[in-house]
Amino acid sequence: MPNQKYLLNRRRFLATTTAATGAIAMPSILRAQGAPVKLGVLHPVTGALSYSGQQGRLGATLAIEEINAAGGIKGLGKIDPVLGDAQSTPEGGVAEVEKMNSAGVAAIVGGYASNICLATTQAAARYELPYVVDVGVADGIVTRGLKNTFRFGPGFGVISKTALANLNAINEAAGKPAKTVMIVHEDTLFGSGLAKLLNAQLPTQGFQILETIPHPTPTRDFNNVVLKIKAQNPDLVIPANYYNEYVLLARTMQQQHVRPKGIYSVLGGAASSYKFVKEFPDAAKYIMDCNHWFDPRNPKAVALKKTVEDKGQFYTYEVYMNYSCIMLVADALQRAASADRAKLTDALASSTFAGHLMPYGPTKFANGQNEGAAPVNTQVLDNDIKVILPATFANAKPVFPMPA
Amino acid sequence: MLSAAILIPAVLNGLLMGAVYALVALGLTLIYGVLHIINFAHGALLSAALFAAFFAFKLIGLDPYLALFLLAPLFFVLGYGLQRFVIGPASHGDDRNMLLVTLGIAVIIENALLYNFRGDTRTIDVPYAFQTFNLGVTYLAVPRVVGFVAVFVVALALWLLMTFTDIGRAIRAVAKEKLGAQLVGIDVGHVYAMTFGLGTACVAIAACLLIPTYYVNPGVGNAFVLVAFTIVVLGGMGSVPGAVIGAFVIGVVESLSGLFLGESLGQIGIFLIFIVVLLLRPTGLFGARA
Repeated sequence: MPNQKYLLNRRRFLATTTAATGAIAMPSILRAQGAPVKLGVLHPVTGALSYSGQQGRLGATLAIEEINAAGGIKGLGKIDPVLGDAQSTPEGGVAEVEKMNSAGVAAIVGGYASNICLATTQAAARYELPYVVDVGVADGIVTRGLKNTFRFGPGFGVISKTALANLNAINEAAGKPAKTVMIVHEDTLFGSGLAKLLNAQLPTQGFQILETIPHPTPTRDFNNVVLKIKAQNPDLVIPANYYNEYVLLARTMQQQHVRPKGIYSVLGGAASSYKFVKEFPDAAKYIMDCNHWFDPRNPKAVALKKTVEDKGQFYTYEVYMNYSCIMLVADALQRAASADRAKLTDALASSTFAGHLMPYGPTKFANGQNEGAAPVNTQVLDNDIKVILPATFANAKPVFPMPA
Repeated sequence: MLSAAILIPAVLNGLLMGAVYALVALGLTLIYGVLHIINFAHGALLSAALFAAFFAFKLIGLDPYLALFLLAPLFFVLGYGLQRFVIGPASHGDDRNMLLVTLGIAVIIENALLYNFRGDTRTIDVPYAFQTFNLGVTYLAVPRVVGFVAVFVVALALWLLMTFTDIGRAIRAVAKEKLGAQLVGIDVGHVYAMTFGLGTACVAIAACLLIPTYYVNPGVGNAFVLVAFTIVVLGGMGSVPGAVIGAFVIGVVESLSGLFLGESLGQIGIFLIFIVVLLLRPTGLFGARA
């Protein structure tokens, strides 16, 4: 005789299947009741770019914590960050996009480096997954016609144009002391792309480019580069590289007593870094930079600076750019009233978000590029970083040429 | 453009950079060159040593040149323990296992550093960091010159140890014929651990000499390791003078090829020389013939 305990009768079958169906359906019911919205936060937190990546993650998580503390996205619930590490390589970034897609994220924010962003945005496009680039400046990121890709910050084109216009303004105001230039750039997409643009544009403005020196990341020693600078004695040195190499270059220039009339960085990895200014005030003194910078008139930006510094961290551009990007996505989620990717993409494309920390004005995307985004010029003065241009919110006047 | 005013400083700079490479390679020539352990953890250990030197300076104000006398023995103990209790037992004497175990150790060390100290780049500001010797054609940074002198002292000490001491003789015996050494009563496990400990102590010395002019972050050691492996093979496996001369050759070649080909292509020179030397002298510059 069979064991009655294991016999499946009609009543037990109905009870079991009802419970199972309920269990399967539970997530969607929970979501409707305000389950967290998954949001991919992707940065290179290990490898050569780990410092910048971790700063970016810090900015993003601070924004998410703030949103969640205020109750999350109205009608959708709290944000559940899905953190990813691109390991400082495009392949690492793509692998994380695949994982985030499988995890069901509504959108991805981050990427940081241009070469990573190029690869990750393309991977996300396959799943029509909205992607907000935090920093990556290569123009190719938003010129491939990818509907899912949005860049909040400025690209190469705008940055080099602004950098050049401001350089001309500073040089002319000082009586045009700078005529010759040397460019030192890192040799991946970011540095090489920028160097190419500067090589095309600087001669049209009357500057003679004596030499353009590429270098790998990491570079162990800058003595040879500085030897070349010393031998050619340019009026201006324009570095375009990441933090470590920037610091090594500046230190070596100080060590070798090389002092051009100006060091004018374009997206200089350390030139607008409080950390660099604090640790090497002499090497940093009078360095100018055209870079991402927060709006110093914005009380929210100033408050976040304090929060970050209270945590013992430096308020770098990765922090406030990522904070702003998360806030931008949160605004789009609220307007879309849905975590659906297509609706979110439409909401991002029509965004007029103005609650960010940057001096951009309301957001307006054209083919994925925020048209209001622009860099500013800073200079290291009195052991601090001051904004020298645009004049609308400058808090210091440029000191150029560098005093002897 | 390439006048003597540039070439002479470039060669001098190559020699000073070579001294830095030599310091890293000296530890590796013992571990890899003598015992043939492909130590992928060498870079991670260098990063750890740089962090140790950094915190010795930041927390207790210990100058890196003094910290050397504290960190070298500490890292000797660390290296000894790693080989004796982790790498040795886990690899069962199989070369492939050793490679994987050291790779695993590297991953653990790097990620432990990253977890605890973030990817943040740190530097120390010692009073002599920006001091230079003015040679007329160029300025030589004082810490680099100190490193240049130190490399000869460390190399001499290692050579004396390998040539005239019992442990040196035992290391050479184990390297040449492990079973034979065991048969004559040498504790092979202890000798392996001593060698690994000495190699790791060299890494600590390299870190203390490097940090006044360099930076530290969790992945910084990797920038030196491939070059160090190249130097060990180029100089001759296990040869202390070979490691030093090889490092100077690599330093100068890298500097000059950087000058002529650009910094991005500077590495090409290193590997061209490496291939040429191995084609003409397969045992390396100072390697013993089989």
